[in-house]
Amino acid sequence: MSISVIVKIVVTVLILGGTALSILSAFGMLRLPDVYTRTHAATKSTTLGVLCTLLGTFLYFWQTQDIVSIRLLLGIVFVFLTAPVAGHLICRAAYRSGVELAQESTEDELKKVLDKREKREN
Amino acid sequence: MKPNDVILQTVTKIVTFIILTFAIYLFLAGHHEPGGGFIGGLVIASALTLLYLAFDIETVREGLPVDFKVVAAVGVFIAVATGMGSILFDQPFLSQAFGYFNLPIFGKTELATAVLFDLGVALAVVGTGVTIILSISRDA
Repeated sequence: MSISVIVKIVVTVLILGGTALSILSAFGMLRLPDVYTRTHAATKSTTLGVLCTLLGTFLYFWQTQDIVSIRLLLGIVFVFLTAPVAGHLICRAAYRSGVELAQESTEDELKKVLDKREKREN
Repeated sequence: MKPNDVILQTVTKIVTFIILTFAIYLFLAGHHEPGGGFIGGLVIASALTLLYLAFDIETVREGLPVDFKVVAAVGVFIAVATGMGSILFDQPFLSQAFGYFNLPIFGKTELATAVLFDLGVALAVVGTGVTIILSISRDA
């Protein structure tokens, strides 16, 4: 098997895998109960899905047209850095504005820490 | 209780450099590929907006003591001045010229006067964008 066929198989697996992960996170957005678990689904699996798709695209253009696209690499680094931070900020804003946890959750560890800190500062 | 923004601020410090690099790439690529002065200026303005979001307006103003209204004015001046420059060579207003030069590091490079016009556009866009954001975000 020549190199180009191997690369094409790898590219196919990466792009299909990335698409599957994005679909999975869309299902997570629909099915999970509250904003925190939804952010968990939306940031983690979508980030990996986008990274897989971009990596597949990068490999494809590298192999077939000899284009080493710095923009795609930069995009991979950028999404990898920023998507989890966006999730963190959305979650934090939700917690600070008092969004309740789902019924099933048993423990709220951040609440204890925040209460203790408030007591210490008063 | 004072909130701590350490994650946002740390990531902003790294990401701003990526955004600014990409803005310069877009600005220089405009002649042959998608990009140019307008989109380069907008990306620079978005990097500055990210800084304003992560830190506060006063901190960024200390680090970057630039009046963006002046930046917009300088941009418009540069754009008009490159147009006037072509009159000096007996050409119509806003004529463009380009040539190939042997630069020390880059080798044979195409340099065009359109880049100077684009620089004016980019500065005007940065100045206008940041001025709008600063004037609508200020506390009353």
